[in-house]
Amino acid sequence: MIQPSKTQTIIVYSSAITLGLILLCPVLWLFIMSVSSTKDLTTLPLQWIPEDISFENYIKLIGDVDSTSAESFLYALRNSLIVALSATFLSLCVAIPAAYSLSRLPGKRRKSLLFVAIATFMMPPVALVLPLYSAMASLGLLNTHIALIAVYCGILVPFTTWLLKSNFDAIPIDLDEAPLIDGANRLQIIWHITLPIAKPALGAAALMAVLMAWDEFFYALLFTNDIRAKTLPVAIADFAAGRVADYGLISAAGILATIPPVSMAYFLQKSLVSGLMSGSVKG
Amino acid sequence: MVRFPKATTAWLLLTPMMTIIIGVVGYPLIKTVYYSFTAAHLASPATTDRWVGFKNYLKALGNTKFLDSIENTAYFVSVSVSAEIVIGVLVALLLNQTFKGRTLLRALLILPLALPTVVNAMMWRLIYGPDFGALNALLTQIGLMAEYQSWLGDPDLALWMVAVADIWKNFPLVALITLAALQTISKDLIEAATLDGANAWQRFWTVVFPAIIAPVSVALVLRTIEAFKVFDIIYVMTRGGPANSTKTVSFHVYQEAFAYMRIGSGASYALIVVLISAVLIATYLWLIKKQGNTA
Repeated sequence: MIQPSKTQTIIVYSSAITLGLILLCPVLWLFIMSVSSTKDLTTLPLQWIPEDISFENYIKLIGDVDSTSAESFLYALRNSLIVALSATFLSLCVAIPAAYSLSRLPGKRRKSLLFVAIATFMMPPVALVLPLYSAMASLGLLNTHIALIAVYCGILVPFTTWLLKSNFDAIPIDLDEAPLIDGANRLQIIWHITLPIAKPALGAAALMAVLMAWDEFFYALLFTNDIRAKTLPVAIADFAAGRVADYGLISAAGILATIPPVSMAYFLQKSLVSGLMSGSVKG
Repeated sequence: MVRFPKATTAWLLLTPMMTIIIGVVGYPLIKTVYYSFTAAHLASPATTDRWVGFKNYLKALGNTKFLDSIENTAYFVSVSVSAEIVIGVLVALLLNQTFKGRTLLRALLILPLALPTVVNAMMWRLIYGPDFGALNALLTQIGLMAEYQSWLGDPDLALWMVAVADIWKNFPLVALITLAALQTISKDLIEAATLDGANAWQRFWTVVFPAIIAPVSVALVLRTIEAFKVFDIIYVMTRGGPANSTKTVSFHVYQEAFAYMRIGSGASYALIVVLISAVLIATYLWLIKKQGNTA
């Protein structure tokens, strides 16, 4: 092994520290703002370390249930959870058989379907939003969870199908043979053979799907208009657009909205990385 | 029990997926094409049948505001995606070295990726704040700047500042994809090249570059497709201002259709966006197909 020179070591460590600071500082500052008083955040020169740390903003958002900010935040949290989890669950139910079919029962025309699916979820939403909006309006579904769940399935189903297909491809096809001879049908094989082996891939797909649904803003902004269906991204955009700029409160809302996806991503770090990989570079 | 022929089973398993794709993507897309040839207006349903031919398209291509929004988008995409690729590859090269804290740093890369896009936009908007923002405070306190700047209020700066927020969130994706590719290069190859007298620069171009070019180009196209759609950070940070300097195509379509309620012309703008995206998506599919054949 070639020993790195002293200059090399210095370069490596100083770049590593710079990178760490760049990654951490903005979020750290968001957190500091969330526990600072408005007075500390609006003095010149800026008070970097707050004089007294207070979690009052968090209480305003999740503790004091009667306040209007808590009402909009908690409802948004509930809506985001319902929409993201239902859309993910439904999408997986649809994507699993589709991915199995594309992986195990290939045919020329069906193969091109995979590429249709990939193209589908990359489609800019502006191309679809107008007819979807009028369809939802005429069905009376505007400002409901159902509208968002349906539209998100349009994004998540093709995405998870693609992700699962590339993972199913790695499972030996021989495993399906014995039960097929014993008379099992394909759904039984998927349930008893494929899914138990593909558990990690399934986890990665579910994680990516939840993160994508949690993050979606465009459709949520247009299809919802009050606390009954507004999701967190929309509620946060509302907070940020408010006339009275309460920096601390906005920051606390941001931190709270970040905790679920970031902690999920960290607990399932391996799944996330493998999900990102197979969901971006494999065909 | 009935046994279907293989092809029938295959199609049956695909039916739910195809239903969703047709219902939520195929049908709306065709309807958008239809709208784009009409004078449809959001407030009056009767207008959806008023056929106007190519008038919307001709108007769109002559509309300087729309053309400006395409230019802004192209600008935003080239700045942020090229920076994401360069920084992402450099970070991957760094994380491929052995040093203390490497695992921690790698884990930190996930933070921007998992941070919700709207929170990211809001966070940077606060950091850029003209009166009490952290960026102004930092730059004046270390003496790089004499007085506070309105980062998002300056038409020459705003798009760059929005791009920085996007770069911060997305370079980790490029870094992770590149890092995975770097880890497939055998250490022996690098050492052999070193013993042959290749310096770091030569080693990069002869050994490292060929190994990462395929996944990096996939990441490049993927990021371009995503960046081209940019809407949420624009909405939260600037709403297209100041003086339309950050108005991107998605934002333009949104305004035309939902603020001015002109669905017909909004649809024609949207389809021009789709055409540009289609070229990018086709490139992407071609790349991953090629990669799938060689891997």
